Amino acid sequence: MSPTSVPSKDLKAGTAPRKPGRTGRAGHRSPLVRFLVRRVLTALLLAVGITLVTFVLTNLVPGDPVSANLGQQALGDPAIVAQWRAEHGLDKPLPEQYLLHLKGVVQGDLGMSQQSHRPVLDDLAEFVPATLELAGVAILISLVSGVAFGVIAALRRDRLSDHLLRVLSLIGISVPTFWLALMAFYVFFYRLQITPGSGRIDPSMSPPPHVTGLYTIDSALSGQWDVFSSAVGHLLTPALVLALYTIGLLTRFTRSAVLEVLGQDYVRAARAKGLPPRVILLRYVLRSALVPIITVAGLAFGSLLSGTVLVEAIFAWPGVGQYAYKSATTLDLPAVMGVGLVVGGVYLVINLIVDVLYGVIDPRVRLQ
Amino acid sequence: MSLLAISDLKVSIGGKEILRGVDLDLRSGRVHGLAGESGSGKTMTGLAVLGLLPHGARVSGRVTLGERDLLTLPPKELNAVRGGEIAMIFQDPATSLHPMLSVGRQITEHMRHHLGLGRKQARARAVELLGQVRIPAPEAAIDRYPHQFSGGMRQRVAIAIALACSPKVLIADEPTTALDVTVQAGVLRLLRGLCDDLDLAVLLVTHDLGVMSAVADEVSVMREGLVVETGPRGQVLRDPSHPYTRALLESLPGETS
Repeated sequence: MSPTSVPSKDLKAGTAPRKPGRTGRAGHRSPLVRFLVRRVLTALLLAVGITLVTFVLTNLVPGDPVSANLGQQALGDPAIVAQWRAEHGLDKPLPEQYLLHLKGVVQGDLGMSQQSHRPVLDDLAEFVPATLELAGVAILISLVSGVAFGVIAALRRDRLSDHLLRVLSLIGISVPTFWLALMAFYVFFYRLQITPGSGRIDPSMSPPPHVTGLYTIDSALSGQWDVFSSAVGHLLTPALVLALYTIGLLTRFTRSAVLEVLGQDYVRAARAKGLPPRVILLRYVLRSALVPIITVAGLAFGSLLSGTVLVEAIFAWPGVGQYAYKSATTLDLPAVMGVGLVVGGVYLVINLIVDVLYGVIDPRVRLQ
Repeated sequence: MSLLAISDLKVSIGGKEILRGVDLDLRSGRVHGLAGESGSGKTMTGLAVLGLLPHGARVSGRVTLGERDLLTLPPKELNAVRGGEIAMIFQDPATSLHPMLSVGRQITEHMRHHLGLGRKQARARAVELLGQVRIPAPEAAIDRYPHQFSGGMRQRVAIAIALACSPKVLIADEPTTALDVTVQAGVLRLLRGLCDDLDLAVLLVTHDLGVMSAVADEVSVMREGLVVETGPRGQVLRDPSHPYTRALLESLPGETS
């Protein structure tokens, strides 16, 4: 953080709040690195935990994948059933099944989907980017506008713009996402015909060459600007629908966080120093307010992910949500576990980012 | 010749009168103590000088610094006075320093803004200031964060921040109240010394008459938004003319000097 901090060899740096008077410059870099390493190691442990939880939960489901996947006639033949179970490793004891599963995960093998008869990994590679694109854009929109609205509302407290923003954020939080998705689709596409319909791009176009799997980026990379604009157009409505709840939530939390910080002594002290209001807002107020905002944002993005299932269904968005729904209803266990791993992994990454940001923003966290 | 003159200062918040016509004169090189019980308006007087009153406060009267009336100064010019000509120290250094910004950052940023110093110059001056307020090993201290200092050291940091732009007036709002008794004396001695060395006009707001008797040259006693008595320390503390001052002095445990 400090331009003059040196990567010091001082091993004591950061082990305890040091009393002033001891010599040696605080090596800011090394506590931060150590903090990051600690966080990543924790995340790895949690990742193993996720595999266990997805496995156990999936196998606790009261349903027989055999009857979900084989036809009536095949079910009547015990030999076929036994063969099918052996083929999918279902005849082994559960702990052994888990270890096999874990071994597969480490090797990048998530098993075969019983529905698509393709490796689950290939299925996920196809569907995950679509969801990432949708959720990513929704997260971006909600972060930028939620924080901006919250700051505006706090600074213009009790004035008209504050009241308007508060009502809007309340609406955003209260309206169910699926209803909003249906209404948006009906009004803007069906009635007003100002937004494109379902899917990721215009049906007459072919997808851009696969690089990242994100159509907007891939089309821009290959210079196909007509595909790009179609992809953006298709993305915008579902992303906005998905983002509305998070925008409302972030607006409210940002507003209250900023208001609380504005009342702090150190903000008054900053004003007493004669700093320009803009500097006080950015350096003194927002920095502190970011801590609760980041906490809420991390949680909100989790709920945003679950919202994608409904939004994807309504906008016929070929993402993980749709895949998860199909796999769950057909008891396609490897696919369900694969989705569980991906979603769990995304949660893990979000939490890791949140933790790391705490450390970057607040020296008290990383210097502990 | 007074440097900062407060005359007929009135403040009301939400229809409630907080200050009802306060008059005070601060002079260079003198510590002016402002005493009184909680709620008497001492702190509000200090805040009103720099326009830091809470949202919705109404102010009238005059606060003159040289030729200017601070109460009617446009925001930009007032910002130049804040920190630049009049600085302030607050009661609790644990809350008045930003916990997430390094000490160096908090000392240098307004220096760079007010004095237009470069990064290196500001840093050099910050180290010098930290030495001036007797923080050990200032070169190392500058990169630390407030939570890495003890309470007394934090208040010294706050004083260094206040002195950064060489102000003429220092308003110290209960600067020792949140500190251990053992470190109070050190901070007070420091304030007194700085006042003498730098020819500062200091307004020392405190409810503690012991603190007052230790460092103040003049003493004003406030009650319910009014200054009831003003005079040289010896006179006010030994031979108070107002009954309220006598009551305050009698409420002190033990003898007063």
